[in-house]
Amino acid sequence: MEKQTKVQNNALPRDSKVDILATYLTRPRLWWLYTLIVLIIFALISWSGSTVQYKGLANKGVEVAKGIWNGLVSPDRSLLFTLNEEGAIVSPFINVTPEGVPYQLLQTVAIAVLGTLIGGVLAIPFSFLACDKIVPKWVALIFNVFILLIRTIPSLVWALVWIRVTGPNAFCGVVTQSVCSIGMICKMYITAIEDIDTRILESLDAAGCNGFQKIRYGMLPQIIPNFISTVIYRFDINVKDATTLGIVGAGGIGAALIQCITSSRWSMVGSYLFGMILLMIVIELFSTYVRQKLARG
Amino acid sequence: MSKTKQKDASGKSLASRVIGAVIMAAAGVFCALAALGVTPVSIVLSALTVCAALHALHTRTMKLKNGKSVVQPGSNGLLIGMLLVDIVAASAVLTGFDFGIIMKRGNQFFVILQQIFQPDFNYFPKVVDPLLDTIKMSILGSVIGATLALPVSVIASTNINRSGVTVWAQRILLMIIRTLPTLVIAKFAALIFGLGTFAGTVAIVIFTFGVVSKMMYESIETIDMGAFEAMESFGANKFQSFWSACMPQILPTYLSYCLYALEMNIRAAAILGYVGAGGLGLLMDERIGWRDYRGLGMVLLALFVVVLIIEQTSQYLRKKLS
Repeated sequence: MEKQTKVQNNALPRDSKVDILATYLTRPRLWWLYTLIVLIIFALISWSGSTVQYKGLANKGVEVAKGIWNGLVSPDRSLLFTLNEEGAIVSPFINVTPEGVPYQLLQTVAIAVLGTLIGGVLAIPFSFLACDKIVPKWVALIFNVFILLIRTIPSLVWALVWIRVTGPNAFCGVVTQSVCSIGMICKMYITAIEDIDTRILESLDAAGCNGFQKIRYGMLPQIIPNFISTVIYRFDINVKDATTLGIVGAGGIGAALIQCITSSRWSMVGSYLFGMILLMIVIELFSTYVRQKLARG
Repeated sequence: MSKTKQKDASGKSLASRVIGAVIMAAAGVFCALAALGVTPVSIVLSALTVCAALHALHTRTMKLKNGKSVVQPGSNGLLIGMLLVDIVAASAVLTGFDFGIIMKRGNQFFVILQQIFQPDFNYFPKVVDPLLDTIKMSILGSVIGATLALPVSVIASTNINRSGVTVWAQRILLMIIRTLPTLVIAKFAALIFGLGTFAGTVAIVIFTFGVVSKMMYESIETIDMGAFEAMESFGANKFQSFWSACMPQILPTYLSYCLYALEMNIRAAAILGYVGAGGLGLLMDERIGWRDYRGLGMVLLALFVVVLIIEQTSQYLRKKLS
């Protein structure tokens, strides 16, 4: 509403007889609307504030906070690097044992790679079936509800359900991520499919191309960059997700991290957090770089 | 598309192309050999990767009719494909990928799924309170987090804050906050502030703060600064000119990001209970522990309805805002 008023003001010619000051003073005021919105927000806050109450720190709250800080300041270096007795870093430099942070991080990334890839492939048929430009409306509706269902069930629940099938290991993480990636990937695939410029297909038709050629030269070049960009974006999210899947025993760094937190080994927590932060930053930079390249063509 | 790409690639120097190909090939060979050991499969994979690298470096020179010659560099597609295959092979080994298990025990999954889809409605009264807790946690967390995010995102945008040091300090801080998974923050909060909804709210505040700040400073950097400069030249101070020149521009975006954050938070808040931060998560964990999948179905159904309502409302409001 406010925008419209502004446009009207701008649209007035410079030498118009209309007194700008008068127009400004008589501009439509929506103070009652704003008051209503503010009131609603305040009502919501006070309603939600009623249960969320600050009951002071926990018994060991201060101790825990100090521990976390100390752990971050002086992480356990032996988990990160190969050390000799004096604590100096020796060849092969990084700690490559399965207990070390680098191995755990690598496993986390591996879970995300496979999960994203499988999810990205599985999402292709679903997204075509859920796009109402291609299939009848009712089919699209059914598949859309199905996708929404997949998206609503939290990944931790998926993991807990799959653990009954695969047992508590990294493979469970892969299966979990393959399933729960489908939801978001489908949503973005559908947008990409809907954005296809159909005029190109028509002109290929006019040039005498057959069906296969139309798909190869008319459709694929338009959707593939979008699909790859979606998959890489989801990979970014999946790596982050994979770090927490370990909490329920689905592999990755989360299991060790939570174990260390519950047993208050803060220096180990520090080195796990360090590894995770570093990994996430690297992955985010990589994903942003590749997606920017894809967007520019 | 492919034509233009090759033109771009030919602009690169030969050295950079060789270095790129060698790095990619080495990474692929390393992945294959380190994960699979020296086996026939890994050797074949490495050999194929090296071949793909050679293919990428192979340049063809074509003579045109007018006597000029055109250099067509090889394409990197095959090499990138092989690198991906190597990475996937290594990941499969690292995670113990075994499709046989799914084939053998997959019916187990459908047994559970079947029960989830027959929710136990008698369980509903017990779901109401945690559900309301989850909603309250995410509303309060979103409001506080988004409020904190506004001033910080202004400080972290380069077009308003000219001092490079503060901008980058803010950005690095925000980046670190965003890399921490919500569950880990919630776990810490639950240890520090005690179990319950307060810990969950703290985790959501931190998460919302990180996400909304980042999206905000990115969109603040794209606004039109003309009005801001005009206000400054009138003698308004920085705050006044920001308030009247920039706020109207960023307010709709800001509100729409807040609603988006609320949408995400409802989902996130639902699982926070798993680490003791209140809400539905606790219930889900309990139901799964007791193998009461029909109860779990009820919890998920309630969550589904709430997410659907909030998402639809927020999408409607966001459409109105833009």
